[in-house]
Amino acid sequence: MRKNTVTFSLAALLLAVSLSACQKSSSTGTAQTDTSSKVSEDSQTAETVEITNVSYDPTRELYEQYNELFANHWKDETGQEVVVTQSHGGSGSQALSVAQGLEADVVTLALEADVQSIVDAGVIEDGWIDEFPLDSSPYTSTIVFLVRKGNPKDIKDWDDLVKDGVGVITPNPKTSGGARWNYLAAWAYADKLYNGDEEKIKEFIGKLYANVLVLDSGARGATTSFVENGQGDVLLAWENEAYLSIQEHPDEYEIVTPSISILCQPSVAVVDEVVDKRGTREVATEYLNYLYSDEAQRLAGDNFYRPSNEEILAEYADTFDLDINLADISEFGGWAKAQETHFADGGIFDQIYEQ
Amino acid sequence: MKKYQKETRVIPGFGLSMGVTMTMLCLIVIIPLTSIFWNTMDLSFGEFIETITSKRVLSGYKVSLICAFSASLINAVMGVILAWVLVRYSFPGKRILDGLIELPFALPTAIAGIALTSLTVDGGWIGQIFAKAGIHIAYTKIGITLALVFVGEPFVVRSIQPVLESLDTQYEEAAEIMGAGKIYTFFRVIFPEILPALLTGFGLAFARCLGEYGSVIFIAGNKPYSTEIAPLLIMAQLQEYDYAQATAIAIVMLVISFFILFLMNMIQIRAGKRTR
Amino acid sequence: MKILLITVSVLYIGLLLVLPLIFVLIQAFGNGLQDYLANITDEYTVKAVELTLLATVTALLVNTIFGLFAAWAVTKFQFRGKKVVTTMIDLPLSISPVIAGLIFILTFGRSSPLFDYFNQMNLKIAYAVPGVLLVTVFVTFPFISREIIPVLLAQGKDEEEAAALMGAGGFEIFRKITFPHIKWAMLYGVVLCTARAMGEFGAVSVISGNLRGKTNTIPLHVQILYNEFKYAPAFAVSSVLVVMAIIILVVRSIVEYRWKK
Repeated sequence: MRKNTVTFSLAALLLAVSLSACQKSSSTGTAQTDTSSKVSEDSQTAETVEITNVSYDPTRELYEQYNELFANHWKDETGQEVVVTQSHGGSGSQALSVAQGLEADVVTLALEADVQSIVDAGVIEDGWIDEFPLDSSPYTSTIVFLVRKGNPKDIKDWDDLVKDGVGVITPNPKTSGGARWNYLAAWAYADKLYNGDEEKIKEFIGKLYANVLVLDSGARGATTSFVENGQGDVLLAWENEAYLSIQEHPDEYEIVTPSISILCQPSVAVVDEVVDKRGTREVATEYLNYLYSDEAQRLAGDNFYRPSNEEILAEYADTFDLDINLADISEFGGWAKAQETHFADGGIFDQIYEQ
Repeated sequence: MKKYQKETRVIPGFGLSMGVTMTMLCLIVIIPLTSIFWNTMDLSFGEFIETITSKRVLSGYKVSLICAFSASLINAVMGVILAWVLVRYSFPGKRILDGLIELPFALPTAIAGIALTSLTVDGGWIGQIFAKAGIHIAYTKIGITLALVFVGEPFVVRSIQPVLESLDTQYEEAAEIMGAGKIYTFFRVIFPEILPALLTGFGLAFARCLGEYGSVIFIAGNKPYSTEIAPLLIMAQLQEYDYAQATAIAIVMLVISFFILFLMNMIQIRAGKRTR
Repeated sequence: MKILLITVSVLYIGLLLVLPLIFVLIQAFGNGLQDYLANITDEYTVKAVELTLLATVTALLVNTIFGLFAAWAVTKFQFRGKKVVTTMIDLPLSISPVIAGLIFILTFGRSSPLFDYFNQMNLKIAYAVPGVLLVTVFVTFPFISREIIPVLLAQGKDEEEAAALMGAGGFEIFRKITFPHIKWAMLYGVVLCTARAMGEFGAVSVISGNLRGKTNTIPLHVQILYNEFKYAPAFAVSSVLVVMAIIILVVRSIVEYRWKK
């Protein structure tokens, strides 16, 4: 029996050693990424610098183009090549990954609350929101309706969405950052309609969500349900997503702009802990700063985001409905408050479904 | 007990093999699993109970359990038929049919989910046939069940097949010679033999279906209280950075899975003893 | 009766498994062959294929070693708590992939006590390649041992005991007596493990961090393309996986054929 115990522990030891060797060899398997991150640690002298931009779903096209633009700009300024690795996913889960150690140099997320959650984890320092102009949102968007060609259900405004027999597609605000904007936009409309009578507003929102056919987990999933799978009569969508769908299928859909919507301010921030560790603060900061340049603002406009630069926004007056009445998040008392009242466990959104 | 041990350990290598097994089990399964319990500790017992018995969560479990159970039941019935056909009959294309059984293991669940959704929406190839009869598949519980039938399909077939192959046909022949009908023979002679394997397969399929996420989120409408599955609730809690609640929901699912598997292993070990 | 049952089986498999497959292929070739080839030779696709292969090979190695030792321990000896051990081995099979990913995030992520330790060693696990490898090993953990154990149970241990009494060493017994019995079962397990490792999505998606060209496996890459509204490329990349899967299933079929012979 004793002999058994000895061999047992020997075997355990052996295994532990071989496993750690395994881990080493597996990390050499990733030698490419490892060495490149080491190179960038002394990025000031190296010829190539690599940064990671963790973003949310609908910004893929924008950043694909912007990364090229920025690479040229950075090359002109410093002579250095910059390679940007993109990561896209639901805004909330992307924030979660960064909070849990995903090495992002910059985050470009759908809403302030998601960046704030990274701050709460201690990875981004407080005060990020003043680090870049206009609350650190270089481009904005709003929520519009995408309907089928000819608008068969005659949808003009939010109150058309609560009518019987109208199928609405919107993602779940619990799992999708973008969907929170949809919800708040509807709330802003009902708020004006009922002069702040909360019971009536709740009833309105309740009816709206009772008309929701599919509550996808993310914004892109909702677009797919509506566009590819033909579900529902109206999709509540980010303006840029709606325009993209129109571009892909010009004869099948049209955009309806409601009388009131919400000013969506996607937030960008430098991830302090990571840039300090990797020595990439300078390039990461410039990456976000350059988003405010005229070229980048036009690029945002071309991708159907509203440039935050007023003059350049005016150039896109033909594309965007600039007369739309936009509520903003401060009317809800800021994100922390809105989050707590509406989307937290047992919040108003949960109550709506409990009825 | 000691005497018993001495008797059975004639074969060398107990220490080594147990050592390797337990170490790897610890490193890969047990240590990571404890992190779940670790994180749930942030909740008091009362909060834990409150989380896992909230109406929303209970309905999530209900949807998951009902759909997983129906899917496994369909798989059990079809699995017996498939295994029977594959073992007892020969026909052209049999090898191909046999080869396709594991396809759900190999096809990524997300792709399966996307493809099944596109096929079964009201305008899809299959969906339009059913839509005429007023049956909607995608975005309903039927859709969820369909996706689960897909992911759980190989388990039952592959559990029964070897048993059926090793089954001596002489009993059946004897029964038939004595005039028993085919169906009677099947239920009286064959069925009891394959029952443990069937239960094993059913248990595996059920446990797998219970946790399935990738394919289901595409085809489920994800509407609270109707087509929202428990794994989705875990994801939703994670979005709110509420690890404690997410892990609390996860633990309940884990316990159910563990219990099912434990039951299944008991059956397997007992069956092993009986045949020896 | 025979005809009926065969028809039912063929229809069932056809509708449930083959139809989605055909759907994928049709979508993949929707824009013609040239487009298809361009899609599957895309830089990011190639990198995703590489990572998937790496993860699969790692899972195979680890799980084969484990499977052999575990099967030997469980079937050749009596010990207390055996049922619990076998259940533990099977557990990864039934854990929701989401939970599987989650537990590795909780174990190796920033909120874990282990994070600082690994960070000092400059070893990234979560949101890096080792994490992807680790969860792949986890989800395929029982596949090989599960195939070997029943065979060894059925075979009993008389032969091994006789050999041991005659003075043969452990390795010799294994090589000369046990291995010939289990080699086909093991190979079958290897095939299953490969298939599952290649296709894993849920768990990997939680831990990968979606870094393009770095931690994306094929299924994740498909998901990304799909979310970019690039449907044809998404299905084209899926079809690569489908083809790999079919090759594996053919291998499986051959293995099984020889096993039975």
